[in-house]
Amino acid sequence: MMTNPTGRLTQGQFSFLPDLSDAEITLQIEYGLKKGYAWSVEYTDDPHPRNTYWEMFGMPMFDLQDAAGVLMEVKNCRKAFPNHYIRLMAFDSHRGVESIAMSFIVNRPKDEPGFMLERQEIGGRSMRYTTRGYGADKPEGKRY
Amino acid sequence: MSAPSYSIPGVVSAASPVAPADEASGAAPALVDSGARSVAQVLAQSQVEDVLAELERDLVGLAPVKARIRDIAALLVIDKLRINLGLTSQAPSLHMSFTGNPGTGKTTVAMRMAQILHRLGYVRKGHLVAVTRDDLVGQYIGHTAPKTKEVLKKAMGGVLFIDEAYYLYRPENERDYGQEAIEILLQVMENQRDDLVVILAGYKDRMDTFFQSNPGMSSRIAHHLDFPDYSVGELMQISGKMLGTQNYRFGPGAAEAFDRYLQLRIGQPHFANARSVRNALDRARLRQASRLFSERDRELTRDDLTTIEARDILASRLFKPE
Repeated sequence: MMTNPTGRLTQGQFSFLPDLSDAEITLQIEYGLKKGYAWSVEYTDDPHPRNTYWEMFGMPMFDLQDAAGVLMEVKNCRKAFPNHYIRLMAFDSHRGVESIAMSFIVNRPKDEPGFMLERQEIGGRSMRYTTRGYGADKPEGKRY
Repeated sequence: MSAPSYSIPGVVSAASPVAPADEASGAAPALVDSGARSVAQVLAQSQVEDVLAELERDLVGLAPVKARIRDIAALLVIDKLRINLGLTSQAPSLHMSFTGNPGTGKTTVAMRMAQILHRLGYVRKGHLVAVTRDDLVGQYIGHTAPKTKEVLKKAMGGVLFIDEAYYLYRPENERDYGQEAIEILLQVMENQRDDLVVILAGYKDRMDTFFQSNPGMSSRIAHHLDFPDYSVGELMQISGKMLGTQNYRFGPGAAEAFDRYLQLRIGQPHFANARSVRNALDRARLRQASRLFSERDRELTRDDLTTIEARDILASRLFKPE
């Protein structure tokens, strides 16, 4: 069985779909803004599933009315990190929620090697499992 | 992983580069054929006529400004018709500068402008973000760019109104961060003309020096609107409207007294047109209130409470002999 059947990282929303175009991203941003979410842009070159906190690209954008501002930041981030994973996150500040309500990838490296499952035999028949990104061997910034 | 088999509402084909992202927001997208073939149809679709009529009704005087706004609205309407017939028309540059003395209605008109442009579909949301130098320029190195960008992002889809814009440029200090803010502004004004409209406002003479020292800014602004001072007659009309909205009215002789007050006040320093009128009326209200307050046992009628009498105005320091 392949561990990475689509050859792509599948994290967040829409990750099994083809990459969203900018027009489609705009519609998603517009939807979030209408719900009152604050969008933020994050990037990383270590997309391990347990790597929850990616690097922030600028501050979260509160009080925006239109998607153009968020899209501008996405484009700036793509220009700065063309070969990184970039995701858009929408923070819902409503009382009782106060967490990320939407999150999807808007930029991927050209080549996504995926992850390997490492097995370690310990004490008799016990096994210990580790997920390791194939791309994560190299130092930060040189991975993709 | 090429052609998607799903479709998104509001997008004709997923591959089209110009998608009307504002379809969902209820605004008529500017670049799509709306089927209208005559000016009346566009006006009916956009309801811009209402805003123009409101402008005419609510704002006293300002004839040159109103004429220019009508011109701009006409251009936008005709552009829509051109688009409907498949003629290419470049999105016009709508950045403006409003110059004029204090209290001549620059902010009020800017607010209306946002509405008009929204009705015509040239800005998607039609909100107004009013800022001054403090909101754009940072306090230390590296603070200005994020600050300016944040404001610009908030203003996208609407109108960015920069009050007293000449403060952005301080020639006496060559390390002033204002220059950085101006550069970012210029870049966005040029590259994202569809996303926001910038309106610079300020006093005439100082804006002129500002534009002289920033020729790039001046050339990117298509519309320079000059707000004339109000005449006494216009100021009287304004005061009537102001009192009307606050449920007050002039008593016998009070209007004449206020007319005389205005004639004296115009000659004084720091006269701020409509703003001075508002302040004078507020002071008259104060005097009316204390006049009524002193008559403890009188039963006050509706008339008493809404009438500003001549003596409330004549008590002003302007009428006192020096």
